[in-house]
Amino acid sequence: MAEMDTSSGGGHKGKPGVKKAKKLSTRVDLTPMVDLGFLLITFFIFTTTMSQPTAMKLNLPKDVDKPDEQNKLKESAALTVMPSKNNMVYYYEGLDPSKLQSSSFSKNAIRDVILDKKRRTDPKDFMVIIKPTKDATYKNTVNILDEMKIDDVKRYALVDITPDEYKFIAATEQANGIK
Amino acid sequence: MGRAKIPRKSTNIDMTAMCDVAFLLLSFFILATKFKPAEALTVVTPSSVSSKVAPDKNVIMVTIDHDGKVYFSVSDANATEKKEILEAIATSKNITLTDAEKKNFYANPSSYIGVPFTGLKHYLDLGPDQLKNLALPGIPAQDSTNNELTDWVRAAVTVSAGGGFNGGHMNILVKGDDAAKYPAFQGAIIAFKKNDQLKFQLVTSPVAPPPGSELDKLQQKTGNKSSEQ
Repeated sequence: MAEMDTSSGGGHKGKPGVKKAKKLSTRVDLTPMVDLGFLLITFFIFTTTMSQPTAMKLNLPKDVDKPDEQNKLKESAALTVMPSKNNMVYYYEGLDPSKLQSSSFSKNAIRDVILDKKRRTDPKDFMVIIKPTKDATYKNTVNILDEMKIDDVKRYALVDITPDEYKFIAATEQANGIK
Repeated sequence: MGRAKIPRKSTNIDMTAMCDVAFLLLSFFILATKFKPAEALTVVTPSSVSSKVAPDKNVIMVTIDHDGKVYFSVSDANATEKKEILEAIATSKNITLTDAEKKNFYANPSSYIGVPFTGLKHYLDLGPDQLKNLALPGIPAQDSTNNELTDWVRAAVTVSAGGGFNGGHMNILVKGDDAAKYPAFQGAIIAFKKNDQLKFQLVTSPVAPPPGSELDKLQQKTGNKSSEQ
């Protein structure tokens, strides 16, 4: 790629006796400059696209005191998921926390649970209740909210956990040796 | 003698045109890039499939760091609102602040509050240089009884209702660290709920939806448009 000095005319012979002034080429090798240019371009392309954070919308239900104003929920259509420590997720169907089962955030584990329940329930009634425990990380919470979007769950709510449910989780964790 | 000479063509290519294009692109990207300001709080945000870009104007932001400490800040484009919020807090909590102390908050870019009301005056005495590498206690927000974040959000809501934030278009953003525990986030939720702010946004870093998932199928059906409501 490097430019060669071709102006001295090495091929044909000049007249003997006549001294030729050495002509210097005015051409500059642009290759390194182009290299540098493209390097900087790649750098700027990467930094522009990477620094754009996104936002995830979250709407909370309004707290109502009167039970008849609250949203009604069909027992058979509810799935409660509870992210907890060690990236574990506990879940149960319906409204009976003693039927607790465990799952995790590893590949497709909780997703399959949600999709399976979704397939078996009337889409009009299906609802997922998210109750993060105090040991769950913020990442777990966002992941489970994101999961709602990935699995196209229309109705879900972020609710505080009850002491009763927490008791069952603690018992399960102890049985599984999770500290 | 009569042999035809094959003209030798040079293998050199003129680089000038390529160089021109390269530098044109380079100058475009340099001018188009908006660098993220060096953030005083380092927070690793979780990722989500959400494709909506986070707003950067008319924003009040609650930041939760990896220890679960809570910080409050207002977007830099809203210096007036920043000042009004601080003044509202100072009046309601009987804290007398000098102009210099107020200025330390509203005139500095990416300034944030990370102390309880009792330490507010002393905290605002410090300039941005002194604040670097200073461990702050965070705003108390872990439970509903002593949730000072509620007061900060209330001050912001009052300013917004009074026509601040470009006529009340206030966005509430929560920026949490991956490792933060849920109670810190819950404390922030309590603070919003008490002020009847039920819509807010979580700052995340974008990822593509997993292939084969419901959302992925949905997006392909609708021509790769995001299903934002």
